[in-house]
Amino acid sequence: MSVSKPLPHDAARLHVTGAARYVDDIPTPARCLHLAFGLSQVAAGRIKSIDLEAVRHAPGVVGVWEANDLPSDCDCSPSAHDEPMLSGKTIHYFGQPVFLVAATSYLAARKAVKAAEILFETRDAILTIDDALAAESRFEDGPRVWSKGDAGEAIDTAPHRIEGEIEMGGQEHFYLEGQTALAIPQEGGDILVHASTQHPTEIQHKVAHALHLPMHGVRVETRRMGGGFGGKESQGNALAIACAVVAAKTGRPAKMRYDRDDDFMITGKRHDFRIAYRAGFDAEGRVLGVEFVQYARCGWAQDLSLPVADRAMLHADNAYHLPAIRIESHRLRTNTQSATAFRGFGGPQGMLGIERVMDHVAHHLGTDPLAVRRANYYAAAQDVDAGGGPAPRSAQPNAPRDISGPKKDADSTTRGASPTVSQMPGAPQPDRVRAPQHQTTPYGQAVTDFILHAMTDRLERDADYTKRRETIAAWNAQSPVLKRGIALTPVKFGISFTLTHLNQAGALVHVYQDGSIAMNHGGTEMGQGLFQKVAQVAASRFGLSPEAIRITATDTAKVPNTSATAASSGSDLNGMAVKAACDTIRDRMAEHLARLYQTEPGTVRFADGHVHVGDAVLSFGEAATLCYEGRVSLSSTGFYKTPGLQWDRIKGRGRPFFYFAYGAACTEVVVDSLTGEYRILRADILHDCGTSLNPALDIGQIEGGYVQGVGWVTTEELVWDSEGRLRTHAPSTYKIPACSDRPDVFHVALWDGANREDTIYRSKAVGEPPFMLGISALMALSDAISAHGSRYPDLHAPATPERVLSAIQRVRDGD
Amino acid sequence: MRQLAITVNGEVRTADVEDRTLLVEFLREGLGLTGTHVGCDTTQCGACTVIMDGQAVKSCTVLAVMAEGAEVRTIEGLADGDRLHPLQDAFSRHHALQCGFCTPGMIMASLDVIERHGADLDAQTVRHELEGNLCRCTGYHNIVKAVLDAAGRGSPR
Ligand code: FES
Ligand code: FES
Repeated sequence: MSVSKPLPHDAARLHVTGAARYVDDIPTPARCLHLAFGLSQVAAGRIKSIDLEAVRHAPGVVGVWEANDLPSDCDCSPSAHDEPMLSGKTIHYFGQPVFLVAATSYLAARKAVKAAEILFETRDAILTIDDALAAESRFEDGPRVWSKGDAGEAIDTAPHRIEGEIEMGGQEHFYLEGQTALAIPQEGGDILVHASTQHPTEIQHKVAHALHLPMHGVRVETRRMGGGFGGKESQGNALAIACAVVAAKTGRPAKMRYDRDDDFMITGKRHDFRIAYRAGFDAEGRVLGVEFVQYARCGWAQDLSLPVADRAMLHADNAYHLPAIRIESHRLRTNTQSATAFRGFGGPQGMLGIERVMDHVAHHLGTDPLAVRRANYYAAAQDVDAGGGPAPRSAQPNAPRDISGPKKDADSTTRGASPTVSQMPGAPQPDRVRAPQHQTTPYGQAVTDFILHAMTDRLERDADYTKRRETIAAWNAQSPVLKRGIALTPVKFGISFTLTHLNQAGALVHVYQDGSIAMNHGGTEMGQGLFQKVAQVAASRFGLSPEAIRITATDTAKVPNTSATAASSGSDLNGMAVKAACDTIRDRMAEHLARLYQTEPGTVRFADGHVHVGDAVLSFGEAATLCYEGRVSLSSTGFYKTPGLQWDRIKGRGRPFFYFAYGAACTEVVVDSLTGEYRILRADILHDCGTSLNPALDIGQIEGGYVQGVGWVTTEELVWDSEGRLRTHAPSTYKIPACSDRPDVFHVALWDGANREDTIYRSKAVGEPPFMLGISALMALSDAISAHGSRYPDLHAPATPERVLSAIQRVRDGD
Repeated sequence: MRQLAITVNGEVRTADVEDRTLLVEFLREGLGLTGTHVGCDTTQCGACTVIMDGQAVKSCTVLAVMAEGAEVRTIEGLADGDRLHPLQDAFSRHHALQCGFCTPGMIMASLDVIERHGADLDAQTVRHELEGNLCRCTGYHNIVKAVLDAAGRGSPR
């Protein structure tokens, strides 16, 4: 069987020979136009005057458009219909597209843009969390609040208390391939769009809306992306719409690729957060009550900020059973790029909040942070029915009204969409067996699959944590300048889209008469190896090797109404949909062959490239030919929807997740107290992928996720100046991890254990969870800094050398 | 505009270019060799790395006219027909790629590293030498493994 094999990425050969095609590599069609946006040079205000004459007359320019020249508002928003493609008179952020230029070459378009003369009338921009709070500038009409028990009371009566605050910066996706789209006009006014996107259906919907076409008039194709990480869930909409509008207006193909600086200036990034906390605990560090106030800086438009902020709340517990908790979440509107999806989707921010609390509690008690973490873990999974318990449905006091309700032209296939009826409070609940022995999350989901006790034990052993901790303490005692630190932190990440209806997928499988197979599904390939994993599933169903399967580009004309490839859900959903399609065809084949050979369909076996029917053994190709000649349909769609989900985001109650994925990482660092610079010396990771569909691809996701997570908490710093201009808009000033930053010693192992839920071959999703393993690096830095004195370091993220240095100073100056 | 002759992957290729045309544009748009990618346009990501007269260069920062008469080698010229170059094979086997966008530049830069260091190549050197080639997906671990393997130095894990 081809599942569980560590096969290389399906396009590996194409990649190493340079033959793999990205959108910009598609041979440029004749007469193709190249597009560029002219960007706002202020963060907030109005356009006093705009003179684009020089732009119009610049060499090579074919057309120039301002907002009111467009066929519609060309809305780019995946949620609230609040993102016109071009600004019009009102400016919301520095870098906002104001006008669009089409020219005969990429360079001509970019040069022409510079000739614009625009006078802006500025007003005070709302840039920071504090600005937004002062101005009451927010999405939704007030903070969202979820709670369980009486956290205030529990904290006030606890033997020990701490309080504090952690700031965590945003993060630029820095997909190596920048945003790109190409639109080609078709007959009858139809449009074909090639887009580097995680969400072809969304592009289809937005382009159709912009051009007043039905969705069937727009076809979107995505073969692959050069990285996505969430940055291509909604941020590619503007380019695709611009190309489609120009193609429709001029009848010529149109292509747009943001240059790297524009990509930084225009597109949204990870939300930066501030999380204030207060916790009460006992002498063992067991948290009795905790309160969080989460402030999310969402930027100028709503985009996916509500579900991102929800997910931050949903991960405020991480791996810990918190008997009393109150989470208050503020979604703040600022004059900056509209923050968007990024691997983890708010989960990392929420999780960092509670990890910070654990670290702070341990420091307060003078104990090993790992002991505190363990003391707070959820109870271990028992060998009981793995079904999730039903949601307790206590009324929520003061829950604000949801004003994110259905908007005109609402696109229900995005994560920014509003919940459907089945997800609304009061909708019929699926019957489920109650498993009262399980502890529940702050939102009432029973934790039935908790395996972190055993995983932590094993990682502690494999990484030799306890002994190294002692060695480090001894080493630090005689090393005045360099200090080492170590931390072991867990991850529990909820798998499913929290907008329940997105948890569906479709597939299309064709078996040709020669036995070769073409497979298509709604997921997109961005490097994660989804296509290969799903091909392995298809191959296994037919007893073939994966080479027998041709994986074709994601295409809205083949599989409609797809969800974004996001929320780590790609293989879970699409794998199941492909399996369903394959099984339908297999059953038809088995039935026909059984009839021919006068045996039972149930005895027909597909294995080793052959079909075994009674005593006969046919090659798969022969079997396909026989079925074709017998007039058996060899093509099928497949469909899957995740069972058992039910979620009320206003109350914060229900079962939003099908299951949890787990992991743990142990990181050791060394810090130079003279400069604040540091290195990661060693990282050990143990991660849970259920029964891995492809261990090599999964390990790749874990390594890459960890390094990206470490980047988020260490070197990746976004800096806006007082005018709201992003100052770190290129790799020269924005530092993602480089090859030399990789840990000196790096061990990654997979936890061996099947998913308790009935997922595709009992595997688990792996896209996002490993990102949060990177948090261990921040905690290790905190540990190293703590060696300089008795005060708590209060280290913020990203812990750049400057921040580390000032934390060292604080710790030294402390008591 | 002027006519330019550059030897690319062993073949003399000519094209009319403007003085300001970059080598990467010459390769991608002039010759259709789209395996050389553009990741940053500003000499920082390494996605556009090619070999020019035996040296790794970032082709987004070389003018095509500077390559006049030079020998340029791109990712497309690495395999011997159907037989992959050992580096290509190692990148594929060691899962040293995910989205693959950095891969051609990474391989061309590694080719140069291996050539310069030969038998002295170790993990530390590879990590240092590849600092100018960014990868956002893999975390670099498998890239280093692949380069060492191709150089015949085994794997560090
Ligand atoms: S594109 Fe040349 S170095 Fe990035
Ligand atoms: S594999 Fe995606 S950037 Fe390296």
